[in-house]
Amino acid sequence: MDFLNAIVALANYVLIPGIAYGSQLALGALGVTLVYGILRFSNFAHGDTMALGAMATVLMTWLFQSWGLSLGPLPTALLALPFGILFAIGLLLFTDRTVYKFYRVKKAKPVILVIVSLGITFIYNGVTRFIIGADDQNFFDGERFIISAREFKTATGLDEGLSFKTTQGITIITAIIVVALLFWFLNRTRAGKSMRAYSDNEDLALLSGINPERVVMITWMIVATLATIAGVLYGLDKSFKPFTYFQLLLPIFASAIVGGLGNPIGAIAGGFVIAFSEVTITYAWKKILVYLMPESLEPNGLVQLLSTDYKFAVSFVILLIVLLFKPTGLFKGQSV
Amino acid sequence: MNETMKNTLLFGIVALLIMSVGFQQSWNSALLIVAMGLISSIMALGVNLQWGFAGLFNVGIMGFVALGGLAAVLIGVPPTEGAFQAGGLGVVSALLLGAGTVLLVIQIMKRMQPGWQRNILVIVVLVAGFFLFRALLDPSVERIEEINPAQTGFLGGLGLPVLLAWPVGGLFAAAAAWVIGKTALGLRSDYLAIATLGIAEIIIAVLKNEDWLTRGVKNVIGVPRPVPYEIDLQNNPAFVERAASLGFDPVEGSTLWVKICYIALFAAVLLVLMWMAQRALHSPWGRMLRAIRDNEVAAEAMGKDVTARHLQVFVLGSAICGIAGAMMTTMDSQLTPGSYQPLRFTFLVWVMVIVGGSGNNLGSVLGGFLIWFLWVQVEPMGLWLMNVITAGMADGSALKAHLIESAAHMRLLTMGMVLLLVLRFSPRGLIPEK
Amino acid sequence: MSDPYGDRGNKDISITNPKGMGSEIPTRGDTSFPSPGGPFLIGDGMTAGYGNGPDILHDCTIAVDKGEIAVIVGPNGAGKSTGMKAVFGMLDMRKGHVRLDGEDITDLSPQARVAKGMGFVPQTSNIFTSMTVEENLEMGAFIRTDDFSDTMAQVYDLFPILKDKRYQAAGELSGGQRQQVAVGRALMTKPKVLMLDEPTAGVSPIVMDELFDRIIEVARTGIPILMVEQNARQALEIADKGYVLVQGANAYTGTGKELLADPEVRKSFLGG
Repeated sequence: MDFLNAIVALANYVLIPGIAYGSQLALGALGVTLVYGILRFSNFAHGDTMALGAMATVLMTWLFQSWGLSLGPLPTALLALPFGILFAIGLLLFTDRTVYKFYRVKKAKPVILVIVSLGITFIYNGVTRFIIGADDQNFFDGERFIISAREFKTATGLDEGLSFKTTQGITIITAIIVVALLFWFLNRTRAGKSMRAYSDNEDLALLSGINPERVVMITWMIVATLATIAGVLYGLDKSFKPFTYFQLLLPIFASAIVGGLGNPIGAIAGGFVIAFSEVTITYAWKKILVYLMPESLEPNGLVQLLSTDYKFAVSFVILLIVLLFKPTGLFKGQSV
Repeated sequence: MNETMKNTLLFGIVALLIMSVGFQQSWNSALLIVAMGLISSIMALGVNLQWGFAGLFNVGIMGFVALGGLAAVLIGVPPTEGAFQAGGLGVVSALLLGAGTVLLVIQIMKRMQPGWQRNILVIVVLVAGFFLFRALLDPSVERIEEINPAQTGFLGGLGLPVLLAWPVGGLFAAAAAWVIGKTALGLRSDYLAIATLGIAEIIIAVLKNEDWLTRGVKNVIGVPRPVPYEIDLQNNPAFVERAASLGFDPVEGSTLWVKICYIALFAAVLLVLMWMAQRALHSPWGRMLRAIRDNEVAAEAMGKDVTARHLQVFVLGSAICGIAGAMMTTMDSQLTPGSYQPLRFTFLVWVMVIVGGSGNNLGSVLGGFLIWFLWVQVEPMGLWLMNVITAGMADGSALKAHLIESAAHMRLLTMGMVLLLVLRFSPRGLIPEK
Repeated sequence: MSDPYGDRGNKDISITNPKGMGSEIPTRGDTSFPSPGGPFLIGDGMTAGYGNGPDILHDCTIAVDKGEIAVIVGPNGAGKSTGMKAVFGMLDMRKGHVRLDGEDITDLSPQARVAKGMGFVPQTSNIFTSMTVEENLEMGAFIRTDDFSDTMAQVYDLFPILKDKRYQAAGELSGGQRQQVAVGRALMTKPKVLMLDEPTAGVSPIVMDELFDRIIEVARTGIPILMVEQNARQALEIADKGYVLVQGANAYTGTGKELLADPEVRKSFLGG
């Protein structure tokens, strides 16, 4: 029995990656849930919005790198991030003006907007591939680790190493800051409250003098910011590849629905529920169990419940279970 | 201009477009577009049944198509020597056990009072069932996959005539759709979209990973054909003579003839399905569906069981997609799980339905042909366009190289534009619902 | 032929959000012009309906003057609420005019009418259920750029229970308290006229009496009140002016007392 090593292994392979991935999903799900709450449809183009925002950031990062700009130990991408966000805001506002607004004026039903967002998905996906190609792009620089496994081993004398990647640290810290800012905005500012009012009761918001076009504009700006940050963090942590962002759509939708669509707190909780289910169910537990079990009982196999290729299946099964027991999601929906 | 004339004109334009491919590129490409256009039309027909007539939003078309493909393998491919003896029983009993666990859970959910005891029992049964399932499945799978992994390493199929796989593919898709619909088509509101999106990904994950079933990413090649092989035709003096008399060399003649055979088969299926869909729509059943769609509250008040109707139409539409999937795998002669992408197999079919005209079967067929034509031809068109644009640029300039290289990505952009333009300027589609 | 922007009966909550969605309020311009004389607020000879639908109101006139409470009563489906909504610009006016304080506002959107000083409490969905009581009041004051803390204090004085529950979500309150929030929200703009659509719908008799008292109190502060009521007798007792509508047209008009005394009205609408 060796609890200390087991805990370190658990932190290294399950907790830290789970928290980082959960933060990325939560940021993505927040964007989906805001659009659902305010514009009242599920935006299939959200994954590709993340890709486009991240792409703009990648391009700016390369430009800065070519100028020799850097943030020292931190990735240059953080410097480029505001430009990526600005690009995404411009893009979404342009899309809203040229595409979505027409259907709002026509009072089209939300499901029509879902179909429209499928068209936008195609276009965003095409534009991303057109500009940056379909391949993996590396844009990470700076210090790789906050704590590397080797340093940890020599410092503590344990067998098991603990590594904490810079990207994971940045992901977690950024996510906390962004979420805190978002909640402050929604609950404390006039504009944020008007968004919640509009989501709660559109007619009454109108009668109170809240301008729907302004609410929609602010929503797209926030969604662009969230999507770009989520996309860049995911790209830094894993890698930037346009197609993976499209695939993130399922876990992101699952997170938003598990938490209760339209509820920002739910989106965050959902992100972590989905991330931890994926990581724990597809992790090979042998590494941890060897420290906890007597040698005679040591497992032969990898003790992996499902192969990592089934991670999407895991998000989906969790979603199904939650919906069966609590049809409205963990938190009641609708209170953007 | 009356309606028949307008529709004939629209189909005529699509036919001309495809023929121009025949004249400018090759008749082989043109016939391939026709064959895939037929399959696309069938998929669109299935989705139109769900969306156009019942307002059901299915974003898991890819999964149903892939299940059809699986049927082609399981029916058409000959069984692997010794595989069933090695692990077939284990796999079958594991699957039965899995199904039993699920049924047991459903019974517990039904019979016990809600509460923590029930929840704990459900979890215990699920966990125990899962581990037993894996304990039974894993060793059998290992034994199956050991058999000549480079060539087979999977159970193989039944070795029956592959045409049988088409209805079976429909049945597979229907069964999956029934399970999804039963859980997701619900009480006052449903969550079909996310359910179909998820199930489609799971089906693809299973096809990619369960090597004993589909060889996974190693692909199953050489699925038997319902039509002659080119090489046999080329060795058949009678055929060579006939081809020569029509002015074709044996190789070209044989490939064209094979395509024509497929087209004849597919067209027959499309005609049958189209006839059935039209009949269904003008039957009391179809009228009831539209009544529900246009005013559900009133229909419910008249005692119509909305959920049951929705379930029926969802299962039927998905089955049609399954049939199309089996046909496609049959024509490709191979199952490549890695090639199933949602953009191509789910969203593209949606573009076909919307562009053709939601709620109009003829529109779906037109959409199927037109959008498939664009999907295939936008790439060469884009390349041509890029060559024109970059003609003035210096050779070897980075921008020129990038633009020409990027022409391949034009097709997604074009599909999005086509969908948005139709939704904006002709929201009922090219052939609107009557 | 089905609506190209309709949902084909789709009710998939995993992709579409039906909650809180707006109804189809017709779009209007923002031009008003002076039209002096007449009562403070009047919907004059209104013929109106929803969208392309049939006329629901037929040459119907409703008015209220300063310091008055005007009540609209009538049988179910008489167009009482519709008349109120027409005055507020929420349906298509085919004939007639709406004038407020010497200005013709027929072409104004409901939002613009709020800015002109009209306060409206709809019959249902009249509060932001997921927001706190205080936030509801703040949203009521959304168009105000000045400091509205004294107005909020006045509302809390009028409805003391709301002050106790100011940080609670409005959706968690009882029916009567929710109506108080709704009226309080409308008062936050310091309206020149207040329109209430069945403020006592679904509350118990005791709460109803209390609500009527509060409404009288509001009227005493000088705000004219136009209100639709299901409880005709009680409403007419406090009314300076009463309108009985039948099938979208004026059937009887008079002071509250006159109507209560009118044998025809008594027989048909007040149960003897």
